[in-house]
Amino acid sequence: MNLDWYLVVSALVFSIGAAGVLVRRNPLVILLCLELMLNAANIALIAFARMWNNAEGQIFAIIVMVVAACEVCIGLGLVVAIFRRRLPIDVDEIRELHG
Amino acid sequence: MSEVFFFIAGIGAVCGAVGVVMVRNPFYAVLALVFHLLSLAALFLLLEAQFVAAAQVVVYAGAVMVLYVFVVAYVGGSEPAQLRAPVGRGQRTVAVLFALALFVELSIAILASGLKALDSDGPTLGASFGSPEQIGDLLLTEFLLPFEVASFLLLIAAVGAVVLARRRGGIGEEAERLSAIDFTRPLNTGTMAEAVGGPSSREPFELGVGGGDKPREDEGGW
Repeated sequence: MNLDWYLVVSALVFSIGAAGVLVRRNPLVILLCLELMLNAANIALIAFARMWNNAEGQIFAIIVMVVAACEVCIGLGLVVAIFRRRLPIDVDEIRELHG
Repeated sequence: MSEVFFFIAGIGAVCGAVGVVMVRNPFYAVLALVFHLLSLAALFLLLEAQFVAAAQVVVYAGAVMVLYVFVVAYVGGSEPAQLRAPVGRGQRTVAVLFALALFVELSIAILASGLKALDSDGPTLGASFGSPEQIGDLLLTEFLLPFEVASFLLLIAAVGAVVLARRRGGIGEEAERLSAIDFTRPLNTGTMAEAVGGPSSREPFELGVGGGDKPREDEGGW
């Protein structure tokens, strides 16, 4: 399979994720769309690792997965904190920073 | 043969991604993302990245998605009524146009990049490419510093999540005191704070009741 197909799939998934971030208003779904974009980057990284016969791209993909896990951790913590404070779970409503 | 598998996995990945964006119920969106991640793992296998594919299935589609499912179950599966109203028609149109423009631009950037290997299947690889041996070797020799930094990042994220999701009092209330000793001993069994301060700082002291078996107020959402 030609490697450009993988990169096209990567670009398609990235675009879908970007559109999701713009369209949806639930922070949970926005986090899911961020995951889509990170995974699209992972496909591209692994395709390039295959292209250059160099496993360093796979290391990069693993680090991206670690960063994605951290982002999920913090993001879900924020969602739970918002829910506990009885605030609306809607990114259009939560616009101010409170201490 | 690899073409067949590529198209099955690629179409699965794209359909999963579309499902994440289009489905109303966040719970089904999470399930669509799990399907997407499994399809991606198949793509990774086609690209000779066995270790990353296994990590994708176990860590991502397993652990991280379970975290998502827990939070969706806690916050509430379906969106509240005021969220049902779709985003304005104008914003949706603009978002779709933006995504299309982004896809076209990325495709032009990729396909016109002039990389010679793009039109081929890539070089022939050794048998150990992408195997756990090679990944582990690289992680512990050449990329030792990023490996350790990643572990610190995970630790910081775990502590941050605990701090963020902890139950806090309102603005006027005093901050809850929470220490490790609280979890290792029952109530009112003799700390210096209780002896000096009379009633426990956590709960009113009840004589003769033996507060130890009294259910503790849920602090921190245990």
